[in-house]
Amino acid sequence: MAFVTFREERCKGCALCTTYCPVNIVTLDKSRFNNKGFHPAVVTDMEKCKGCAFCARMCPDLVIEVEK
Amino acid sequence: MTRKVYSRPQSVVDMPFHYCPGCHHGLIHGLMGEALDELDLTEKTIGVGPVGCGVFVYDYLDTDMIQASHGRAPAVATGVKRALPDRFVFTYQGDGDLAAIGTSEIIHAAARGENITVIFVNNAIFGMTGGQTAPTTLVGQTTTTAPIGRLEEVEGAPIQVCEMLNTLQKPALISRVSVHNPANIMRAKKMIKKAFQCQLEGRGFSFVEVLSSCPTNWRMNPLQALQWIEETMSAYYPIKDFRMPEGGQ
Repeated sequence: MAFVTFREERCKGCALCTTYCPVNIVTLDKSRFNNKGFHPAVVTDMEKCKGCAFCARMCPDLVIEVEK
Repeated sequence: MTRKVYSRPQSVVDMPFHYCPGCHHGLIHGLMGEALDELDLTEKTIGVGPVGCGVFVYDYLDTDMIQASHGRAPAVATGVKRALPDRFVFTYQGDGDLAAIGTSEIIHAAARGENITVIFVNNAIFGMTGGQTAPTTLVGQTTTTAPIGRLEEVEGAPIQVCEMLNTLQKPALISRVSVHNPANIMRAKKMIKKAFQCQLEGRGFSFVEVLSSCPTNWRMNPLQALQWIEETMSAYYPIKDFRMPEGGQ
């Protein structure tokens, strides 16, 4: 199983990571804000993650780490 | 046993970027960091920074850095490389820096075939100063100094830097890449690494133009900006290799 970690405090909520996820599990958590005042990106269902790292590749702030 | 598929490159300093949400500068720093790591260049690299948003590359990359006057990075890099030929020397420049005030420096560095690598970040606008028309702004694109859109009959047509440099004899590698989707990001990564290798092999001037977004000044959200690169920007600035070094890796 793959595992994705977001450094939420550095997320700027640009949502680029959500666009190319092949299993559509990356989304912005609209229910809360991080310290910067943005909705942070989260993974909704880690079980489905394939570890392709498209989200990490798309992240312009390099806040995503992917392990497999 | 888990293995890291992706993590922040070692050569990129562990600090938050100051860039706007969705700005591609950070991503491009990451690609350069990966190439520096893979080629084990961090310790022998001297980078030359631009004026513009990208100026803080000197804080973000864990290499020695010099910050040049506006547009003069290729001239400064020329001096560094000639004085210290065993070092790896790159410049990192935006379109306002390289294609406006620094046009002369880039053309002559390319014409001399200096053994340096230039990473040119083209976002078709002056970002740091507030979104004014740049020489690379597309016809019809609205900016703070072109509120009804750039008019070809008044402001002329945008400069295609790769095409312009491709008329010169000496450059070894000229390529235009983009970072608007994972496939293009992987290609950009390969090309930046190839450009770095080009210098290490002493083949001469290598130039990689990266199409990137400026959602804030384009007045778009980051996702619309990706679409604009794909549909509008890459139509005028075709994503392709213009010149590859002969016999290069």
